[in-house]
Amino acid sequence: MDTYNVNEKGYYGEFGGAYIPEMLYPNVEELRQQYLSIMNEDSFKEEFNQLLKDYVGRPSPLYFAKRLSEKHGAKIYLKREDLNHTGAHKINNTIGQILMAKKLGKKRIIAETGAGQHGVATATVCALMGIDCVVYMGEIDIARQSPNVARMKMLGAEVRPALSGSRTLKDATNEAIRDWINNPVDTHYIIGSAIGPHPYPDMVTRFQSIISEEIKWQLQEKEGRQNPDYVVACIGGGSNAAGTYYHFLDDEKVGIIAVEAAGKGIDSGESAATSVLGKEGIIHGCKTLLMQTPDGQITEPYSISAGLDYPGVGPMHAHLYNSGRGEFFSVTDNDAMKAGLELCKTEGIIPAIESSHALAIFNHKKFNQNDVVVISLSGRGDKDLNTYIDYFDL
Amino acid sequence: MNRISKKLEENKKLLSIYFTAGYPAIEDTVPVIEALQDSGVDMLEIGLPFSDPLADGPTIQASSTQALKNGMTTEKLFQQLKDIRKTVHIPLIIMGYFNPILQYGVEAFCQKCSDIGIDGLIIPDLPVDVYHEQYQAIFEKHGLINVFLITPQTSEARIRFIDSVSNGFIYMVSSASVTGAKSNFGDAQSEYFERIANMNLKAPQIVGFGISNAETFKAATTHAKGAIIGSAFIKMIQEKGIKGIDAFVKGIQ
Ligand SMILES: Cc1ncc(COP(=O)(O)O)c(C=O)c1O
Repeated sequence: MDTYNVNEKGYYGEFGGAYIPEMLYPNVEELRQQYLSIMNEDSFKEEFNQLLKDYVGRPSPLYFAKRLSEKHGAKIYLKREDLNHTGAHKINNTIGQILMAKKLGKKRIIAETGAGQHGVATATVCALMGIDCVVYMGEIDIARQSPNVARMKMLGAEVRPALSGSRTLKDATNEAIRDWINNPVDTHYIIGSAIGPHPYPDMVTRFQSIISEEIKWQLQEKEGRQNPDYVVACIGGGSNAAGTYYHFLDDEKVGIIAVEAAGKGIDSGESAATSVLGKEGIIHGCKTLLMQTPDGQITEPYSISAGLDYPGVGPMHAHLYNSGRGEFFSVTDNDAMKAGLELCKTEGIIPAIESSHALAIFNHKKFNQNDVVVISLSGRGDKDLNTYIDYFDL
Repeated sequence: MNRISKKLEENKKLLSIYFTAGYPAIEDTVPVIEALQDSGVDMLEIGLPFSDPLADGPTIQASSTQALKNGMTTEKLFQQLKDIRKTVHIPLIIMGYFNPILQYGVEAFCQKCSDIGIDGLIIPDLPVDVYHEQYQAIFEKHGLINVFLITPQTSEARIRFIDSVSNGFIYMVSSASVTGAKSNFGDAQSEYFERIANMNLKAPQIVGFGISNAETFKAATTHAKGAIIGSAFIKMIQEKGIKGIDAFVKGIQ
């Protein structure tokens, strides 16, 4: 049987691997050798599940969106990651990784962040565990996401501006990696998406796979079947998507739908639709699809949503795209903003703009009346209020 | 015989200089190489600039960003170097990140290097395992030496493996850090330099990262075969330009 999961060497098809400088090898290798056995320890599972339940508030509801369903002619379920503590799926991963860091005996945490969601989720778990936390954030993002910067500071994290390159997410990631090179012994790097060198994409995916694990039993209760016809998620680096797809990857009867940010349009020069605009290459230690010049210089993506503003995609998604297992759509800023507002008005839920991209799928694909479509509502819109205010002139 | 191998046989401590191609100005690449040779440098690392140089500190990052702004590309570098062997006889190594090389095509890149007379490559984010499985045959077919890094954290077993795959020298990263000049080395470095020397590796070692002056050069080469200066050289050339090269190099050796 084909598998769309990672293989022993850390590849999804031809994508993945660990293209890292030797300085990072001891840390990444230590993690690679230990992550699965640590995740399988009973004590680890117990603590992870306990925290997800009591601290994060899981299981997150699988909500049947009745009015939205009537409007679009399908049975639409929303997986409510927006109701998690800190407001997005990101915390599933940071809880897992902070426990991993503790098991590995690490004393200091670093992270990168774009919109600040992952930074906040990391600062949160570091506060919870009493561990020092440094978050790298592009200087430009610090200016445009100031409430999340304040949150991280309140949670006790140090926010360090990434001043190099284009001063956004990719540069914050570079700075975090450099910090790790400079601090090879006591530090763990909590990557915020299903990206980076193996084993990160797989480890992050496994921590996020709680999303599809819950979908299965929740759907059983509601529909009398475990598998939906479609799962839909937005893709920045691809962690909420990877978690949403995980338990359905190898069941080809479940359609996998990925939504990328087209920004101002695929051909506008201001886009983050990596599967369309990207080519195979290496970014942050991973062979995947990425946006780059013909000369192999990594280019700057654009999306109204800071969380989708990454020039690559996780290797799982590159493989889903190339193999045809996943159906990929790109949604413009305008489409996403409209879909976000529609959810507010029909269901009383204000979504994160990232998640609004997934919700815009109904303008791009027709479903059958009886199709069960599960959409990952990866985050809530509080952090995006300023963008919504500016956009809709509220 | 490859120029690097020949150079490694000379009975002296080698000074290698790293600089970023196309910096400070796009057409400076060849004049910098010639001036470095004239000043008595033993070997050169020509940096192919990359947008996201993960292993580099602020100085080399800034020079790469500037070189890219100046219009440096892989093809442009090859054009600039096309006649380099008419005037330059010291070993030349291209140091660059893997993605631009992958986009050029690994085979085509190696072919071009060998046509021009490039002797070796340093690709920090091409791990030895991947090289060994997928690319070693291509590099060797084109007579190129590939240089691997080790750090104070590299395990003995891995150093032995790297030694077995190395056909030139081993690039010994002086301490756990990205590139950048340091003013001196401490006890931890001396211990590390000694520990590696005692391993009696097949490939000679050249120390890099943090070498900035005569003192750090001397400390680094007490045991090792040579040392590489990068950031300190870039800083100098940024301030003084090509005319500062001779005094800089003479001040080291
Ligand atoms: C709410 C929300 N959804 C989605 C994303 C995109 O990340 P990923 O593709 O890893 O799920 C982000 C990233 O910041 C986010 O905050």
